[in-house]
Amino acid sequence: MSRRPVAAVLAGCLLLAIAACGADRRDPATAGTVTVLAAVSLTEVFTALGEGFEQSHPGRRVRLSFAGSAQLAGQIAAGAPADVFAAAGPESMQRVAGGRDAVVFARNQLVIAVPPGNPRGLRTLADLAVPDLKVAICAAQVPCGIAAEKALASAGVDLTPVTLDQNVRAALTKVRLGEVDAALVYRTDVRVAAGEVEAVEFAESAAAGNDYPIVVLPGAADPAAAAEFVAYVRSGAGREQLREAGFQLP
Amino acid sequence: MTPAVESNPAAGDIPADGMPAAASAAAGRDTGDAFRAPLVLLLPALLGLAFLVLPPAALLLRTPWAQLPRRLTAPGVLDALWLSLVTATLATLLCLLLGVPLAWLLSRTRFPGRRLVRALVTVPLVLPPVVGGVALLLVFGRHGLLGGWLDARFGLTLPFTTSAVVLAEAFVAMPFLVISVSGALRAADRGLEEAAATLGAGRWTTFRRVTLPLVGPGVAAGAVLCWARALGEFGATITFAGNFPGRTQTMPLAVYLAMETDPQAAIVLSVLLLAVSVTILAVLREKWMTSP
Repeated sequence: MSRRPVAAVLAGCLLLAIAACGADRRDPATAGTVTVLAAVSLTEVFTALGEGFEQSHPGRRVRLSFAGSAQLAGQIAAGAPADVFAAAGPESMQRVAGGRDAVVFARNQLVIAVPPGNPRGLRTLADLAVPDLKVAICAAQVPCGIAAEKALASAGVDLTPVTLDQNVRAALTKVRLGEVDAALVYRTDVRVAAGEVEAVEFAESAAAGNDYPIVVLPGAADPAAAAEFVAYVRSGAGREQLREAGFQLP
Repeated sequence: MTPAVESNPAAGDIPADGMPAAASAAAGRDTGDAFRAPLVLLLPALLGLAFLVLPPAALLLRTPWAQLPRRLTAPGVLDALWLSLVTATLATLLCLLLGVPLAWLLSRTRFPGRRLVRALVTVPLVLPPVVGGVALLLVFGRHGLLGGWLDARFGLTLPFTTSAVVLAEAFVAMPFLVISVSGALRAADRGLEEAAATLGAGRWTTFRRVTLPLVGPGVAAGAVLCWARALGEFGATITFAGNFPGRTQTMPLAVYLAMETDPQAAIVLSVLLLAVSVTILAVLREKWMTSP
């Protein structure tokens, strides 16, 4: 008889605990916090920008989450709580509500990532079409895949990759591990893995650049703080960091 | 630990309706008790049931049925389904080939460190599948422990091939089979094996003619679990085998990628996978798991 209340109390506590960690309520404690969903190619530079923003804006906090742009757009469409979205291409941005208001804050270009010393001597996109060469490119659903398709089409190269990755860093990792001979990734990604991979620039990459748009999402908990973060990314300090990371600026 | 095994105790005494004689008699006598279940058990039980049933039901409710024929014949859908069925079946065969002897070794022989080996066998169960994929790359990758040798010796590279999908699926699914079969082996009557040995049968003959038929239902149950796990495999596959339509893109990978750009397509693919796996499991259950 005395056990029943105990069990009921335990069950109640468990449910409360699940509810507490599951529901991200927009309570006053989160005011001043900017939740930023950003393309995976922005991982390092946005982490640094987030720290710079927190230092120069006392009381503001930045929470960052990185994934493929298409995946993030899907999360936002499904109601993920987020204040700012920075995508690696306009296609993903167009899929979120309010995406039309996005502004371009950076530009990136594809390069061929190869192991140190470029053992296969790759120079052009056409070199990638050799039958025994293992190449990773991004899936056509994500911005780096769209850029890769454009570049390959404009070069007239018919390429059969061994894998279509769901984001650019997955493709980069396969070069770092030596599992593929080359991958089409952004110039900025190669800088991040300096020493483990080298970049081979190719002629068609200029035609297949990506514009990176950023926007304050309509459902932002603290639109003022979110707008401050976007302004910081586009400020002189932000542009300097983006340039250092290898991005081109609009 | 192994519900599928417990649901088939010594398969011999299960009548055609799938319920042990004693249990059905008890159920007949105690029907009234079902309605007197204590609230403290009934409430969480019903909550648990709703929690498990609601998500698949939502999938069915949200399916764009009108678009279904067009969606199912879209390029790549049937390729992914076919690849999933073929690789899950091959992975199950591989698991049977290696897992049944392993289960026998773990439950019929004594050797130092047997408990450790038994624990090691279940590691893939608790390992996140993505970690499993990374580990497989470190073994079978081009610079992996065995992969480098396979490449140099036979010119064989596994990552990003259909074989890699089979290996990834077998890696995560084999523990289910081993646990299932070794449970059945431990529950099986050792007396019959000893009798066979007394009558002059060698260990291999005993295994083939006595042990295997004895644990048949356990093996079947394990194989079904194994197949279902292999069919749903995602993390190890995308890490170790990559993603390429027709070669390594199985249904779960197709669902994941579709979810990024076309959620309706993802729902259709999910319903298709759900329908196929439930149908096959139901047929197998009819055939193997409930008949004597």
